[in-house]
Amino acid sequence: MVKSTGTSNLTRSNRNWIRGYSIAALVMFITYQYLLPWEGLPLGIYDGINKWMPPAALNESLVYVIMALGLNIIVGYAGLLDLGYVAFWAIGGYCAGWFMSEFFYFLNINFFGSVPAESPGIHINFWLVLLIGGLVCAFFGALIGAPTLRLKSDYLALVTLGFGEIIPQVFFNGEDFFGFNISNGTKGIVRVDPIPAGVKNLGPFDFGWKLLLFIFLAAVMVFISLRLRRGRLGRAWLAVREDELAASMMGVPLMRTKLAAYAIGAFSGGLGGVAFATHVDGVYAERFNFAISIFLVAMVVLGGMGNVWGVILGAFVLSWVNGNGLAAFGSVYNETFGTSIDFTSFTFLLFGLVLILMMLFKREGFVPESRMKLLMHESELDEEESVEKKKKVGR
Amino acid sequence: MSAMLEVKNIQVAYGKIIAVKDVSITVNQGEIVTLIGSNGAGKSTTLRTISGLIKPKSGQITFNGKRIDGMPGHEIVGLGVCHAPEGRRIFPRMTVRENLDLGAFLRTDKVEVAADVEKVLNLFPRLKERIDQRAGTLSGGEQQMLAVSRALMGNPKLLLLDEPSMGLAPVLVELIFETIAKIRKQGVTVLLIEQNATAALEVADRAYVLESGKVKMSGSAKELSADDKVTKAYLGH
Repeated sequence: MVKSTGTSNLTRSNRNWIRGYSIAALVMFITYQYLLPWEGLPLGIYDGINKWMPPAALNESLVYVIMALGLNIIVGYAGLLDLGYVAFWAIGGYCAGWFMSEFFYFLNINFFGSVPAESPGIHINFWLVLLIGGLVCAFFGALIGAPTLRLKSDYLALVTLGFGEIIPQVFFNGEDFFGFNISNGTKGIVRVDPIPAGVKNLGPFDFGWKLLLFIFLAAVMVFISLRLRRGRLGRAWLAVREDELAASMMGVPLMRTKLAAYAIGAFSGGLGGVAFATHVDGVYAERFNFAISIFLVAMVVLGGMGNVWGVILGAFVLSWVNGNGLAAFGSVYNETFGTSIDFTSFTFLLFGLVLILMMLFKREGFVPESRMKLLMHESELDEEESVEKKKKVGR
Repeated sequence: MSAMLEVKNIQVAYGKIIAVKDVSITVNQGEIVTLIGSNGAGKSTTLRTISGLIKPKSGQITFNGKRIDGMPGHEIVGLGVCHAPEGRRIFPRMTVRENLDLGAFLRTDKVEVAADVEKVLNLFPRLKERIDQRAGTLSGGEQQMLAVSRALMGNPKLLLLDEPSMGLAPVLVELIFETIAKIRKQGVTVLLIEQNATAALEVADRAYVLESGKVKMSGSAKELSADDKVTKAYLGH
């Protein structure tokens, strides 16, 4: 009986988030697709939006949301620290570069592509590339995971760190990869195909529609995350995060469970990579640097490990501050006070400060997951409190 | 009676330190068998080896005729060997119910699992009151009840209990041992490790005395509790 009410609550809360999420998506879409180009819009509002949250910055934030949600499965759900997540972003990006551009000009493959059939290169349909990018990343995730997931957490973090350095370096120097040009090196792969979306192909400047697309991808990740969380695999991750040995005594296959987290997390890194390539209309090796891995971990940690809404908030806030917010704030500040301080140069100082303050006062993140909160504050539960707790229980 | 579990001449080492030198034990269907011995005798290591947490250096273990030494732990659980480990190792940040659900991780028969939840809650009514409470906030005795219940949720043929009375008040120790007897009545075979040898020998059919990684003595629980050497060394009177 108790169980069945639990499930109905679950579906209700599921429906609730879908409704709220759709409304938010619609509002954002209408604002950016119709309101912003509208001529009757007061100039003040137009300038305000463009200054504080221009369409490009919003879309980039959403790419970060997609990837932070993937990393959350690895770090938040399964408790495996991954410091090289940027590798999956890069692999996903190059999948878009390879399969949706004229990069392989000597080939002519067109599979439901969005460009004329005679254009050189490989042109596979965006939606399929999305899947390919995800699957290739999942494969690499499993490949790197299989030998390393036996390691204890600190060593695992080190290996992922190395992986996150190696993959971008391979692409960076990929002009001559055993005689093949796999990445065009520092020049990057410029121009990827527009996204076929029914009546219209979405190019790099169709911000409004792409906003909707990215919101949809993020929603898919939210859905997957919440579903997995409630399911058998989610319970297994939770158990592994809490106590590996006890989990294995319950019959949880440790390797398979951890590999699943890794592969699924990597899959969404691939989605994010493909999405990002279409967002910037190209793939550039120098963009995939170590700072991004750390940045993504910070989003997950600050937002609230294990809680999808927290992670979304963390991703939005951090990418906004990094991309646009600080610069906008700086220009307003300078105008008002007649100063000329370069606020963007203080980005990392600010992040460092925020991280320290969060670790001191709100370790579990903006929107904490209930279990993580307990974990973070367990040591603070001193003798007195635990005695009191027992009294309350009546013993 | 047929041998359900047969441990033959296992040797187990942690690196260079040999914890179990040569242990052979048999557990028959429907029995309660106890391993007694002082700290460091190799009792826990033997149990951990049976449940697949450590691989033996030599020797073999068969369960219902199937060799299980070297099998990964989760597969051994799947065969029906469930282990309530030393120090309880419940999941402190999960609720009692979630802990029980995890105990049934490998089972897919939802109806039977729900029935088994009821069954273990009847065994330990106190857990029923705490069902939605975080396991970490339970008292030591309740945590031990949860550890045993969680192992029972795996629908074991053989239940391995490692020091279930450790750190508990005498009343609770009694309760735990009464429950072990009940569990056996429900058809579960039990292999029990205890420092509290008096209580263990009372509930058990047969016993093995372990000393520095070897079986020193074995026999029926009655014989051993009457034995002079055992009384002096382990029963303390």
